Amino acid sequence: MKLLHKLLGWIDARFPLTSTWKAHASEYYAPKNFNFWYFFGSLALLVLVIQFVSGIFLTMNYKPDALFAFASVEYIMRDVQWGWLLRYIHSTGASMFFVVVYLHMFRSLMYGSYRKPRELLWMIGMIIYLTLMAEAFMGYLLPWGQMSFWGAQVIVNLFSSVPYIGHDLAILIRGDFVVSDTTLNRFFALHVAAIPLILVLIVVAHLVALHEVGSNNPDGIEIKKHKDANGHPLDGIPFHPYYTVKDGVGAVGFLIIFCAILFFAPDMGGYFLEYNNFVPANPMKTPEHIAPVWYFTPYYAILRAVPPMFGSQFPGVVAMGVGTVIFFFLPWLDRGKVKSIRYRGTVYKVFLALFVVSFLGLGWLGTLPATPAYTVISRILAVVYFAFFLLMPWYTRIDKTKHEPDRVTSK
Amino acid sequence: MTDNVDRSKRRLLIAATTTAGGVAAAGAGAPFVLSLMPSERAKAAGAPIKVDVSAIEPGMMMGVEWQGKPVWIVRRTKEMLDLLAKHDDELVDPDSTVEQQPPYCNNPYRSIKPDYFVVLGVCTHLGCSPTYRPEVAPADLGDKWPGGWFCPCHGSRFDLAARVYKGVPAPSNMIVPPHKYLSDGRLLIGDDSKEAV
Repeated sequence: MKLLHKLLGWIDARFPLTSTWKAHASEYYAPKNFNFWYFFGSLALLVLVIQFVSGIFLTMNYKPDALFAFASVEYIMRDVQWGWLLRYIHSTGASMFFVVVYLHMFRSLMYGSYRKPRELLWMIGMIIYLTLMAEAFMGYLLPWGQMSFWGAQVIVNLFSSVPYIGHDLAILIRGDFVVSDTTLNRFFALHVAAIPLILVLIVVAHLVALHEVGSNNPDGIEIKKHKDANGHPLDGIPFHPYYTVKDGVGAVGFLIIFCAILFFAPDMGGYFLEYNNFVPANPMKTPEHIAPVWYFTPYYAILRAVPPMFGSQFPGVVAMGVGTVIFFFLPWLDRGKVKSIRYRGTVYKVFLALFVVSFLGLGWLGTLPATPAYTVISRILAVVYFAFFLLMPWYTRIDKTKHEPDRVTSK
Repeated sequence: MTDNVDRSKRRLLIAATTTAGGVAAAGAGAPFVLSLMPSERAKAAGAPIKVDVSAIEPGMMMGVEWQGKPVWIVRRTKEMLDLLAKHDDELVDPDSTVEQQPPYCNNPYRSIKPDYFVVLGVCTHLGCSPTYRPEVAPADLGDKWPGGWFCPCHGSRFDLAARVYKGVPAPSNMIVPPHKYLSDGRLLIGDDSKEAV
C-alpha cells in the first residue's frame, strides 16, 4: 500500500493523474437531482466504445473491394467464429447510438440545457451528431448491398444539385462518375480511421466543455449560485461515486435491451438492417422501394416534401440541410425566462409536443413510398417541424412561465 | 517595456511568413485533394460502346452498361409514338428546351430514328434507375398513363421520350447520351463525332 502510494506520487510529479481524476470525477460536482433523462450521455459513451471494439474486429475480416465486400460480410456472418455476433453488435450499436443521442438531445430540449452558459457545449454536441451521421452513412455503404449502393447514390446526388459546383463536387466525393469501388474504398478509410478519430476528439471537447460550465439539471437552475464553505455547490454531489454508480445501473438496463435486440431481432423487422441489403449491389437496377435507415428518415421525408423549384432539386436539399443545422441556433432562438419545462407555460409544452409528433411522423413517412396523400402529410409535418424553431423567439417570450425555485427540487 | 521593437518590420515578416506558409500548405495539400478525383482508370472506363440493336422487338427495351450507368434502348411502336404528342400540357419541358439531349435529338421523339430511343437510365432527381412501364393505364399508375418510366425512389414519372411530368420531384427530362448509327442496326453509344467508328 505504501509502495502504491509512492508510485502514485512518482506519477503525479510527472503527469496530472490524481488532479485529473479529481477534476473530472471525484470532485466534479453534479446537481443532485438528475433523473432518468440523464442516463443518455454516459450511454452514448458506452455505445461509442461498443462500436469501436466491434468495428475493429469486423475490420479484421472485411474487404473494402467492390468485388469482395458483399461476400466478405457473408463470410463474417457464416464462417468467422462468432462473426455473426460481432456484426450484429455493430449494426445494433449503430441504431442504438441514434436512439440514445436523440433521447439525449430531447433531454436538452426539455430542460433548456442548450441555454446560456452552455451554448458552446450544445454546439459541440451538435457537431458530434452531424459527424455521427456521416459516420453512419459511410458505414452503411460497406456491406455493398442494394440499399448500400442506392442509398449512397441518392445521398451523393444531393450534393450534385448544388448550383454550379454540384456536378464536380459529386465526382470529388465519389472519386468516379458513379458510386464504384473507388467510393467504397474511400468510405472505408473515412469510416474506420478519419471520422472515428474526429469523433473521439470532439467527444473529449464536449466533456471538457461540460465540466467547465457544469451540468444543467431538471430544474434548469444554476447550482453554482449556492456554495458551501469549501466552495462546493450545496446542491451538488461528486460525480464519483454517486453518478458512476447511477450510470452503472443505467448501463445494465441499457445492455438488457441491447442484448434483447441483438439476439432476438437484430434486423428489427427491416428497420435496423434493411432486407434489400441482403442482395448484392447492382448498379443497373434500383430496388422497387428504397428508404434510408430509420435514423435518417425524418430528414429524408423533409427532402421529399419540398417540390422542385426553378427546375432544380436544390431547395429540398437546402430544407433538409437546414432541418439538421437549425439546432445550432436554439440557444439564441429561445427567449424564455426559464430553462426547464417544469416552469415553462402551456405554449412551450404544446410546441415541444408538436415538434415530437412532427419528428416521429416524418420519420415514419420517410420509410414509406411517396404517395400523394403521404406527401401532403409530410409537407404539413415539415412546416410544424420548422415552426418549432422559427416561431420560438415569439412563443417563448409570450409564454406564461412559473417562478423558478432557488434551490433544486427532488421528487 | 519600452520598445526597441520595429513593429512595421515585425508585421511585414508575419505577413510574409503567413503568405509563404499558406502557399506552401496549399501546394502540399493539392496532391491529397487531387488524389480524390477520378483516376486514369476510372476515366478510361468511360469509353464508348457498340450495341447491336437489330434484335429488339417492337415495344421492347434493352439495357446496356456505359460508364457504369444503365443506358436503355427502346424500340417504340407506332402506337407508342402516336401517344407521345397527346400529353404535352402535362409535361415540364415538352419541347426539350433544356439541353438534356444532343442537338440531333432535339425533336418531338428525342431520338435520331423515331422508333429507336436511346436514353441514360438515370432519374434526374437523385440518380435512381426508373422502371420501364410501357403498358397503357395500369392499375397502379392511373388510367391516364400512356406508357413510360416510373422512378421507384421518389415517384417521378417520365413518358416514352423520357420527358418528365409536372408535379414530380425530378426537375428535368432524362439525359439522351451522345450516340450515332455505325450501320442500320449497329449503334455507338458515348461518341457521336464523325471519326468515331
